[in-house]
Amino acid sequence: MAFTPPKETYTGKVYPVTIGSGDKAVTFGGENVLPFHSFEGSTPNRPVIAYEIMDVPPTDWPDKVKEPYAAVSDDPVKWAKFCEQDLKAKAIALRLYGTHPDSGNKSADDAVKVVKDVLAAISVPLIIIGSNHAEKDTDVLVKVSEAAKGNTCVIGKAQEANYKTIAASAMANGHMLIAMSELDINLSKQLNIMITQLGFTKEKIIIDPMCSALGYGLEYTYTVMERIRLTALTLNDATMQQPMLGDVGMYVWKIKEVTASEDILPEWGALTERGVAWEAQTAASLLLSGAELLIMRHPEAVRAVDAFIDELV
Amino acid sequence: MLIIGEKLSIIAKRVREAMNKRDKGPIQEIAKAQFEAGAGMIDANIGPAEGIEDLMEWMVTTIQEVVPAPICLDTTNYDALEKGLKVHNNEWGKPLINSTSNDPERFPILELAAKYNCDVIGLTVGKGGLPADAEERSAIAAEIMARAMEYGLPVENIYLDPLVLQIATTQDQAIKVIHTIKMFQELNDPPMKTVVGLSNISNGCPKPIRPILNNHFLALLMYEGLTAAIADAHEIITTAKTVDAIMNKTLYAHSYLEM
Repeated sequence: MAFTPPKETYTGKVYPVTIGSGDKAVTFGGENVLPFHSFEGSTPNRPVIAYEIMDVPPTDWPDKVKEPYAAVSDDPVKWAKFCEQDLKAKAIALRLYGTHPDSGNKSADDAVKVVKDVLAAISVPLIIIGSNHAEKDTDVLVKVSEAAKGNTCVIGKAQEANYKTIAASAMANGHMLIAMSELDINLSKQLNIMITQLGFTKEKIIIDPMCSALGYGLEYTYTVMERIRLTALTLNDATMQQPMLGDVGMYVWKIKEVTASEDILPEWGALTERGVAWEAQTAASLLLSGAELLIMRHPEAVRAVDAFIDELV
Repeated sequence: MLIIGEKLSIIAKRVREAMNKRDKGPIQEIAKAQFEAGAGMIDANIGPAEGIEDLMEWMVTTIQEVVPAPICLDTTNYDALEKGLKVHNNEWGKPLINSTSNDPERFPILELAAKYNCDVIGLTVGKGGLPADAEERSAIAAEIMARAMEYGLPVENIYLDPLVLQIATTQDQAIKVIHTIKMFQELNDPPMKTVVGLSNISNGCPKPIRPILNNHFLALLMYEGLTAAIADAHEIITTAKTVDAIMNKTLYAHSYLEM
């Protein structure tokens, strides 16, 4: 007798989110099954990987991930163009790291200029992320959100401390919003509810349950994401049906495994391969737990994850 | 848990007058208030409706004009039921007939439910009068289930109703009803759906204590797995949502009561 694999049926569905405009716009989410379970239902859109760039040259990135961008990372516009043209990026995530009070404290107006210049230079969708300084982000993200009006960007990250102003400006300027909570499914739901209670459309939110690197709490992120997805699909909970973000690069490229040299830890193998493997492994794990949008750094890691997605879709 | 908003009953003077005059205003206002308070279905109780079979048709369309929810068609009148089912908008969910029982006079209702593929409440009483305990209720339930299958109605379409009695006159029945809810679910796999007419428990009790009795009784019934309650959504919504959260049926968030 032929084996028929058992199939789950789900009552809920993840909202599809489209960012950018024109023929370079991308859509992710939209599935009514667990990640890559296309045999059980509909998985209309491929997960999207965005290349991370910064408004200031990266000083705290390890050499291995600085290398591919050595010629362009002094200028966000050159960097963005390089990602789109040479690396064939489908989306770009601009982190306004230089606006953080402890890393340059650039003004919101400086950030506006960078955002406008980058937007003018690229045609792929742009994700604009603040410096994760809750107070400063309210100033910076409100102004860049206005400057990017009409481009259907993703603005982030709104968190409990600052979501009101950031959500209001994303709403007024037609952007999607990243809602970040700190590794807690109930707080994630609560933040989504609070944002929608402001009048923000629930189909324009992207959940960031907060990321972590392999070996540094990844399993915790994994289970939170998995539970969010199960809540969306099996309980049909409309407050948890948004696509999820894995902000992979920034969590991976600071840990021991990607920085410790071969002299100290020869048994860990070549440092040149370790970092890429670590970023790709972390990203692949998050895709399996439910992430539809990834922000990554190393081109080789992106290529590996892209190939992984090709295998599974 | 499914709340079937109960406020549209011919027993209430204001509703009766609106039904007699075919005045949509009060009916729609009450239906909307129930829906907004958390009812997932609206009970339309028109009584026996002899000679006014069109009333259910009017009720269904009147309610569904303003509320995107299915209707619980509450009457013993076969013709009125069929007229109501014909106009019911199934886009919002399957209609529910309240009710059939183990009384042969009510069997045609099973046939009607099969014909329109709708859900039906099986009230576990028979010709023999009020059931004595959980075992007797389950025995009647089993007969109703067998009868339903005879008429081609899947048992998944049945909500078993243990018949809630008044605590003021038949106090020993309350705990028996709670036991029955648990027992009903063991009659089939997947478990049978269950429903109660909640406020019966406090019928005849002083007004201030009625909501207290209703809500505590509901919590106990929900713990045993109750699927649905015919009740005033305003009165029980807090209990329904809280017990659902405690029992891990919905994902908790601080503002869960507002959702």
